Amino acid sequence: MQQRWRQLSLVASALVLGLPLMVIVFALLQLLFGGDFTTLQHLWQTVIPEYIQHSLILMVGVAVGVIILGVSTAWLTTSCRFPGQKLLSWALLLPLAMPAYITAYTYTGMLDYSGPVQTLLRDTFGWSYGDYWFPQIRSIGGAIAVLSLVLFPYVYLITRATFLQQSATTLEAGRSLGLSPWQCFLRIALPLARPAIVTGTTLALMETLADYGTVQYFGVTTFTTGIFRTWYGLGDLTGALQLAGLLLAAVITLILLERWSRKQARYDQRNPRPAAPFELQGGKAWLASLVCWLPLVFGFLLPALQLAAWSVERWQVWTDSDFWQLTWNSFALALVAALLVVTLAVWLAYGRRQLPTKLVRTSVAFAGLGYAIPGLVIAVGLLVLLTSIDNVIIQITTEWFDYNPGLLLSGTLFALLFAYAVRFLSVAIQTVQAGLAEIRPSMDEAARIHGYRPLQVLRLIHLPLLRPSVLTAVILVGVDVLKELPATLVLRPFDFNTLAVRAYEMAGDERLADAGPPALMMVMVGLIPVILLSRAMLKSQQNALKEQDFVPVTA
Amino acid sequence: MSLLQLDHLHVHLGQNAIVRNVSVQLEAGEIGCLLGPSGCGKTTLLRAIAGFQQVASGSISLAGQTVSAPAFTQAPEKRGIGMVFQDFALFPHLTVAENISFGMRHASTREKLQRVDELLSRIGLPGYQKRYPHELSGGQQQRIALARALAPRPRLLLLDEPFSSLDAELRERLAVEVRQLLKNEQITALLVTHDQQEAFAMADKAGVMYQGELLQWETPYQLYHQPRHQMVADFVGHGVLLQGTVTASGSMASPLGMLDHPSLEQVESGTPVSFLVRPDDLVPDTESRLRGTIKARGFRGAHNLYSVELDSGVEVLTLSPSHEQLEVGSEIGLRPDFDHLVVFAADRCELPSLPSQAPSFRPVLPKTQSA
Repeated sequence: MQQRWRQLSLVASALVLGLPLMVIVFALLQLLFGGDFTTLQHLWQTVIPEYIQHSLILMVGVAVGVIILGVSTAWLTTSCRFPGQKLLSWALLLPLAMPAYITAYTYTGMLDYSGPVQTLLRDTFGWSYGDYWFPQIRSIGGAIAVLSLVLFPYVYLITRATFLQQSATTLEAGRSLGLSPWQCFLRIALPLARPAIVTGTTLALMETLADYGTVQYFGVTTFTTGIFRTWYGLGDLTGALQLAGLLLAAVITLILLERWSRKQARYDQRNPRPAAPFELQGGKAWLASLVCWLPLVFGFLLPALQLAAWSVERWQVWTDSDFWQLTWNSFALALVAALLVVTLAVWLAYGRRQLPTKLVRTSVAFAGLGYAIPGLVIAVGLLVLLTSIDNVIIQITTEWFDYNPGLLLSGTLFALLFAYAVRFLSVAIQTVQAGLAEIRPSMDEAARIHGYRPLQVLRLIHLPLLRPSVLTAVILVGVDVLKELPATLVLRPFDFNTLAVRAYEMAGDERLADAGPPALMMVMVGLIPVILLSRAMLKSQQNALKEQDFVPVTA
Repeated sequence: MSLLQLDHLHVHLGQNAIVRNVSVQLEAGEIGCLLGPSGCGKTTLLRAIAGFQQVASGSISLAGQTVSAPAFTQAPEKRGIGMVFQDFALFPHLTVAENISFGMRHASTREKLQRVDELLSRIGLPGYQKRYPHELSGGQQQRIALARALAPRPRLLLLDEPFSSLDAELRERLAVEVRQLLKNEQITALLVTHDQQEAFAMADKAGVMYQGELLQWETPYQLYHQPRHQMVADFVGHGVLLQGTVTASGSMASPLGMLDHPSLEQVESGTPVSFLVRPDDLVPDTESRLRGTIKARGFRGAHNLYSVELDSGVEVLTLSPSHEQLEVGSEIGLRPDFDHLVVFAADRCELPSLPSQAPSFRPVLPKTQSA
């Protein structure tokens, strides 16, 4: 009986978290089955072909970009040895700390007419305005470049893990058959890593589809900017809902494609012995070094330097109490959201462990879908839902008590926290589940048989073992919340600002240097999860090396 | 009064009957062993004894006190049982000393220290108190898991395939060491394994489980030499089942010639029977009239194991010392040399004299050869 209630509550939590998506799907279905096409017809005739075209160009460009950058650096840092290889293998994760729109601001600052690069060119060659051609960074090409530079670590990280797992024997077999290192890469390592490359690229593309800050700033019209314009510019909620539905469909297609491609090729290599790396000498070593340094310099070091320069230039901002109020807002919000999300994740993960019925497993998987969904889509769905609930509440209270409480749900932090919970729950669930998996069921039983009651087992065994993963989950979710722009922009209560929103507003007002301090703050905080990630990466690498001389313990 | 008594025990997982009608008695100080292929229900049986699994019918008693019955399951923590898990289940956040003393909840700090020191020197790992489980090798972890289970002096120790994740050499050595340790501590233990060498090395009493039923519960010697069931004969040791027909005089006609055995005297003449032929029951003998062709040779170190096809077409196994190399395809003479003949009724799995324990299923047997 107790179990039935527990199962019911787990399913209910998952359903509530899925509500905003269901609103969007419902709008889409309503449209398909005899709904009102007038809005969409109008949109189709005017802007949607452009959105699709731009989104496709952007996705193809970013895909090519992240694959070239990610795969080359992953291969070089795993299977070759050259000066700086150790440092680079973790430093290449640093671009993940940069929100794409921040990188976009810094490059605009650097490459604009008044930026240091063009000024330097003019001063050296004595050119003036119109004398020369310079690539326009605020274009679709610029957006591709920026997004590739920021998102390639996804491909790098996942492909790298595969390259490390590729067993020595496979590659040695290749070399014994007369392949050069280069041919080994092209004909063995690369095809074997294909599933990983696809997964990494899909992650990057989902971020691309979800991106609002970059494309908006560069004036590239895509679905996300379209949703914003339809809604805020034209006040057309139905149109925005329908565009969000189309974007959702695109994301789901992407996920299905990835699943399908992985099913096609699953290469399992058991118990690999790590391959001996190629020792690069002379020119080749320098070239390899250069190839790895370039994405790091352009993806992280230059933008970070630019932010630092702006922050120094606008040092007054740091003494401004408004700025610190903003920072406090952001961090408090991030902390509250993270605690809420991780509590939910622990509840769901334990439910899945202790009641592993099909219903519960499906519900937990469903609750974790949000990470793939663009924040803007979630925000739109949620706002529609909460506004209608609010209206019902207002109607009831005014009728019965003659009192108007205002927008209780949609106009307060509740909406924001709800959206974060939907979007970032899967990060927390995955982290907590990974920690929970370390606690094997036999450990529970071992503690029970030594005379401890279930609650004591929880306190003595689960709590200490789970603490690191819960902390990690809090940090990961907190930083994600801090950096999230579109959902915050839509759902924040009136007069409530965060660092991300401030940077966005400053850049929008062409006050790029003023965007520096809040952006720098976000990047510094964003470094924390990247450091965690790189530590986990290096640790798992050590384990892979260690397993050879160590007896495996798990059954 | 036996320390552990299982009385017609049935255990279900969902709709499936995993353990069926198992009755076992284990006296204080004895080491018992449940042997069987994976999926036969032996681990489920162990978990039921530990209290992690409810029983469907029958009962489990510890020292005369019922701890599990259909409507009643005493909580595992109240049973005073120790258990060594297949994956050891050491707590990774506790040191070796903390792991070992984990179950000694009411002992003083000094008692704990003393017991940990004592056990660590007994298992041959003195000075390991401050280590963490991940710093130990598999064999060392196994011993710590054993020490942890022994520390609170349980009245019964359960071991779930304790050596299965270790390599073969370590496994055999540890099995002997653990038996010695249990005997020193005078602990009653029940072991579950699929490895018969392990069972032979450790057990005072052993039984083979198959599809949830316990087929025999006797000494390892009896399991090997007097199997009461074709499955037991098949699972324990090498051997071939041949068919014969009882003739009037208490002997039978078989592919190996006429064989005599007292157990056949009760059986009506003309009854078809099958009988077990172990490799050591047939001795190579160049003089013998029973001839066959060698089909395969397996080098076993101290001896060779040959598979021989008799002229009648029946295949049997035989042994010869390692240095006597016989080529595959050559002819060989064989002489039957039975210490004791193991006979089953041909159409049933049981000895003719034990009809009361006939199992309710028909196991899939290796094809018995026809004469």
